[in-house]
Amino acid sequence: MSKILMKGNEAVGAAAIKAGCKYFFGYPITPSSEIPEYISRKLPEAGGVFLQAESEIAAINMVYGAGGAGARVMTASSSPGISLKQEGITYCAGAEIPCVIVNMMRGGPGLGSIQPSQADYYQSTRGGGNGDYRTLCYAPSSIQELVDYIMLAFDKADYYRNPVLIAADGMIGQIMEAVEFKEPEPIELPPKDWATTGTGGKRKPVIVNSLYLQAEELQEHNKNLEKKYKVMEENEVRYEAFGLEDAEVVCVAYGTTSRIVKTAIKQAQAKGIKVGMIRPITLWPYPYDIYKQIGPNAKGILGVEMSLGQLTDDIKIGIAGRLPVYFNGTQGGMVPTPGSILAEIEKIAGGTK
Amino acid sequence: MARGKVTFNDDACKGCELCVAVCPVKIIELNKGKINSKGYSPAQVTDQEKCIACGNCAIMCPDSVITVERL
Amino acid sequence: MTIVYEKSKGLTDTPFHYCPGCTHGVIHKLVAESLVELGVLDDAIGVAPVGCSVLAYNYFNCDMQEAAHGRAPAVATGIKRVHPDKVVFSYQGDGDLASIGTAEIVHAAHRGEKITTIFVNNAIYGMTGGQMAPTTLVGQKTTTSPFGRDEAHCGKPIRMSELLATIDGAKFVERVTVDTPANIRKAKKAIKRSFECQIKGEGFAIVEVLSTCPTNWGFTPLKALDWLRDNMIPYYPLGNFRDFEEGK
Repeated sequence: MSKILMKGNEAVGAAAIKAGCKYFFGYPITPSSEIPEYISRKLPEAGGVFLQAESEIAAINMVYGAGGAGARVMTASSSPGISLKQEGITYCAGAEIPCVIVNMMRGGPGLGSIQPSQADYYQSTRGGGNGDYRTLCYAPSSIQELVDYIMLAFDKADYYRNPVLIAADGMIGQIMEAVEFKEPEPIELPPKDWATTGTGGKRKPVIVNSLYLQAEELQEHNKNLEKKYKVMEENEVRYEAFGLEDAEVVCVAYGTTSRIVKTAIKQAQAKGIKVGMIRPITLWPYPYDIYKQIGPNAKGILGVEMSLGQLTDDIKIGIAGRLPVYFNGTQGGMVPTPGSILAEIEKIAGGTK
Repeated sequence: MARGKVTFNDDACKGCELCVAVCPVKIIELNKGKINSKGYSPAQVTDQEKCIACGNCAIMCPDSVITVERL
Repeated sequence: MTIVYEKSKGLTDTPFHYCPGCTHGVIHKLVAESLVELGVLDDAIGVAPVGCSVLAYNYFNCDMQEAAHGRAPAVATGIKRVHPDKVVFSYQGDGDLASIGTAEIVHAAHRGEKITTIFVNNAIYGMTGGQMAPTTLVGQKTTTSPFGRDEAHCGKPIRMSELLATIDGAKFVERVTVDTPANIRKAKKAIKRSFECQIKGEGFAIVEVLSTCPTNWGFTPLKALDWLRDNMIPYYPLGNFRDFEEGK
């Protein structure tokens, strides 16, 4: 299939429909409103249902109902809206309801700004809702990746019976790029025999539920969830990495920021500095093990992100005290420049050669 | 007048007495001589012969303890 | 020998956890009997709330989902949109529906969502131990209105049926109670009709059932029924507020 030019938010909708998503419940918010707009036009053609909910809270609970009834279902929003969805996300995690949630991140806290941000990293990776749970979280850095990972997200959600997040910064939602809609690799999925479809008088009733009043039972449920999360940690880590063996400086960044970092790395290399890079594609599970591949010449690790150093905490876990960790970030909707990143790389490397 | 038979699922009874209050022929009372597995004195019929099979007791019972048959 | 009354096949064998004399049990029976008599039990999907009836999913003999507090109408919406040919209902208390979930119930009604809601109003939060609800009567003492509900401080109780009946998408709205066998029969008729409203595709249907909470009101089950009759019914008048057939 040939490439077409698409805006990120519209590509979200197109990818979801291509992946067989039949239900979308959402509420408008900048900078992700083009997602429900696109889907409201296109999903009915595909035999699906778009419904604008009265709030993000209602939208995610409609997702719970639809996902629990066996459907492929998605919602999308931006940061303050995702905060409102946290209640529903933890219920989906607890009741093991597959669903896909897209966050086009904007500046915070509170109402914040409408410009791109990566300040929902903690919320995306540590669980914004209550309780011990994990959500698989993809962080695309291009419209192509956005499309690929949204399509994959539906399969992973069904496979693991778990919510899957797409954590993209607002920039990814707003830019246009050429994108190809590839056929997803076929994956064998378990039957949804747990879903509420009506017994039809042919089977016993099923219950979709996250309540376990007995502590022993809840602990067993928690441990079963943990087992599932361990499998995800073993099998679902994705990243891009290069130049780690002989790097003097290793940059870590994801999403839009990773693209700016790549420009800065080229500029540093032109000045003779050896710079490696780690780009997490899954923010959870996080690629901690890749830090072991960083060679002996490294003087420090530089985390670059559009937040106050949330990703940088995971870098510290990954490097486990072996190297100093530096942080270079922008906040509030400001986007880092290659120049500022280059200056930080030079400082860590000890000046240009 | 129809005649009826009332049977109680004794162990499901919580002794709330709602059935006692709605019986038009006043033939239900709590069996104070018995304690069921839930720890309550369950309801019982004192004079089955007088039952008119109206079903009020069973309709009123929140715990579906009572079955009423018309003889 | 004919059976005049026996436990409904629409209920499971699990004994109710409700306190002695709590009329939740009566209302459960009416929902189950209605589903069976309409022949839709096997097509039914229910949504349980948070509150005393949180465990309702163990009692109805059909597929069930457990919703977050107040969100049952949104969850039911999600289910109904996926399975428009199934009979979807939410079962909610007054804290769930009239407080934390007001947005969800109002908008389910406003969309004309083809679901049925059974709304149990007992003027108190039962499960959490008898706190004040939006439906608590003026002067009524609860654990968070220890001197009695003060109108000047927290307003008068909300009448949800009257409120919802102003919404075009609500096609069946009726308030009933279950204090006597006669009223239970009327309540059953209303609940059945609320399911018929959905089955016929008319729109949103709700039955508000005035119910007792002997434990938290501090009465015996029989005294609680008296209190309901003397205090709740005068403030929450029984009757039909909306029917999908004109003149009904």
